[in-house]
Amino acid sequence: MKKKTIISSLLALGALMAITTGCSNSSSATKSSSSEVSGKITAVGSTALQPLVEKAAGDFQKDNSKINITVQGGGSGTGLSQVQDGSVKVGNSDIFAEQKDGIDAKKLVDHKVAVVGMAPVVNKDAGVKNVTMDQLKQIFTGKITNWKDLGGKDEKITVVNRAEGSGTRATFESAVLGGEKAIKSQEQDSNGTVQKIVSTTPGAISYLAFSYINDKVEALSIDDVKATDDNVADNKWKIWSYEHMYTKGDPKDATKKFIEYMKSDDVQKKLVKDMGYISTNDMKVQKDSKGTVSDK
Amino acid sequence: MDDIQTRLQKSSRATRQDYFGKVICYSCIGLIILLVACILYFIASKGLATFTKNGVNFWNFLTQSDWKPGDVDKYGNPQVGALPMIVTSFSVTILAALLATPFAIGTAIFMTEIANKRGAKFLQPVIELLVGIPSVVYGFIGLSLIVPFIRGIFGGTGFGILSGTLVLFVMVLPTITSLSVDSLKSVPMHYRQASLALGATRWQTIYKVILKAAAPGLLTAVIFGMARAFGEALAVQMVIGNAILMPKNLISPASTLTSKLTTEIGNTVMGTLPNNALWSLALVLLFMSLLFNLIVRFIGRRGNIKNER
Repeated sequence: MKKKTIISSLLALGALMAITTGCSNSSSATKSSSSEVSGKITAVGSTALQPLVEKAAGDFQKDNSKINITVQGGGSGTGLSQVQDGSVKVGNSDIFAEQKDGIDAKKLVDHKVAVVGMAPVVNKDAGVKNVTMDQLKQIFTGKITNWKDLGGKDEKITVVNRAEGSGTRATFESAVLGGEKAIKSQEQDSNGTVQKIVSTTPGAISYLAFSYINDKVEALSIDDVKATDDNVADNKWKIWSYEHMYTKGDPKDATKKFIEYMKSDDVQKKLVKDMGYISTNDMKVQKDSKGTVSDK
Repeated sequence: MDDIQTRLQKSSRATRQDYFGKVICYSCIGLIILLVACILYFIASKGLATFTKNGVNFWNFLTQSDWKPGDVDKYGNPQVGALPMIVTSFSVTILAALLATPFAIGTAIFMTEIANKRGAKFLQPVIELLVGIPSVVYGFIGLSLIVPFIRGIFGGTGFGILSGTLVLFVMVLPTITSLSVDSLKSVPMHYRQASLALGATRWQTIYKVILKAAAPGLLTAVIFGMARAFGEALAVQMVIGNAILMPKNLISPASTLTSKLTTEIGNTVMGTLPNNALWSLALVLLFMSLLFNLIVRFIGRRGNIKNER
């Protein structure tokens, strides 16, 4: 009887191990004798970057049938921590690894594959089209609470923020709030939901990546600068961030080839623009992990 | 002679099948127990790390209302107060159960006592269909219909406990209904016959005999519904607004334990305080579901003495 229970628990353990190792996906068959690189790449993390990587991975695999790429979301924090643990090959992130607690940025190699601009968006009812950076800050810190103070309708401002710790929020707050804390308010965890809520809730304000802005919401201009790709390129528009693909150490074999592909003209000149991102090649300035902007 | 001896001593086909079946059963049970143990250990170790490793006071965790695990307050203590989420979780759960129970029990009575066979056969799949709808669909319907509706009537943004309650109402309705149907069906037929023979009307029979006999089962149904409501994440997250504020009324944005978990877990890094704090929320959820289970078992045991009330 005892023996049987031991056998069965061993069986169970074996099954569990199979499940867990199946999930963590270490690439075993990376080495191949032929010149064609083969292997398995798992890229996990930022949902803002996910669509671009997914599309690029699809195109890439057409020419490299031996490389198998899996792209998953999960958030920037997940991407960074999983690539640091070595459980995935690529960690996608909206923010610099240096900005995240618990991540040892020295172990990771940064590959910037695109730039994303973000703009404050308001419900069309508010009647405001332009704000100053200071007014924007006062809205998000709760000092301005009615649209009529900004020349709009007499309507209460409803702030919709992004989830604490999300890359989009970190970017927005570092560009707009300058160290002050946002008021406690609604928090949503995806661009899609934010867009829906802002478009239907009178008096709502939030912020969205450029690619999610459509004619159902009103994108504000700040200090009379419009939210366009060109203004991001020369940093006239201040709210933008890189999309990073992090690897642990320098990438090798299949991963290296894929990241080179992400930075190639094929992707940067076409796919990046088609999908609403800005190519890193077009940027006239660069930003470091502390948010300091310098000429390129 | 030898032939008979070997045949008798060798295990028969049936014995081997028996043995084989046993091994399969034990390995399945072993796997499940192991999985549960792993999950419990994982959540407990992560959730308790907030208090042991990061030095958060457990009492503060339960009673304070500032949630910003990435930041410290002016005294340098991490702001990990889960009270608003705990209160909101309980509010939506209890309100949804209160709202759903009369409808569910009414439907169950109709299906078991009043409707003819065909009516019951028609209603059953209709109710069960509600279970099969993915929660994101409920959430989206809530976001597109209920939230604007609440906003139109009560003002504000429309996000809040009331919207969450209404979405959960639809989601727990089938659970409570089908469990109530089971418990009403298990009331012996001779109870009904005796009651009717005494001259009671159908209403009196239902009200004074059947409902009382089935009371423990009905309570179990309600508690199961509450457990489902308490653990529901996605649909609630879409309509409740996710603001970590102490709920002042039913239409101000609030945040439940589950909605906070789903919105933030992807943005935190394993092993840091913000991540551990979320696991602590998961631990609270786990304890609550354990509590709900214990209550169900307790009622089940009392239920043997049927006409107690």
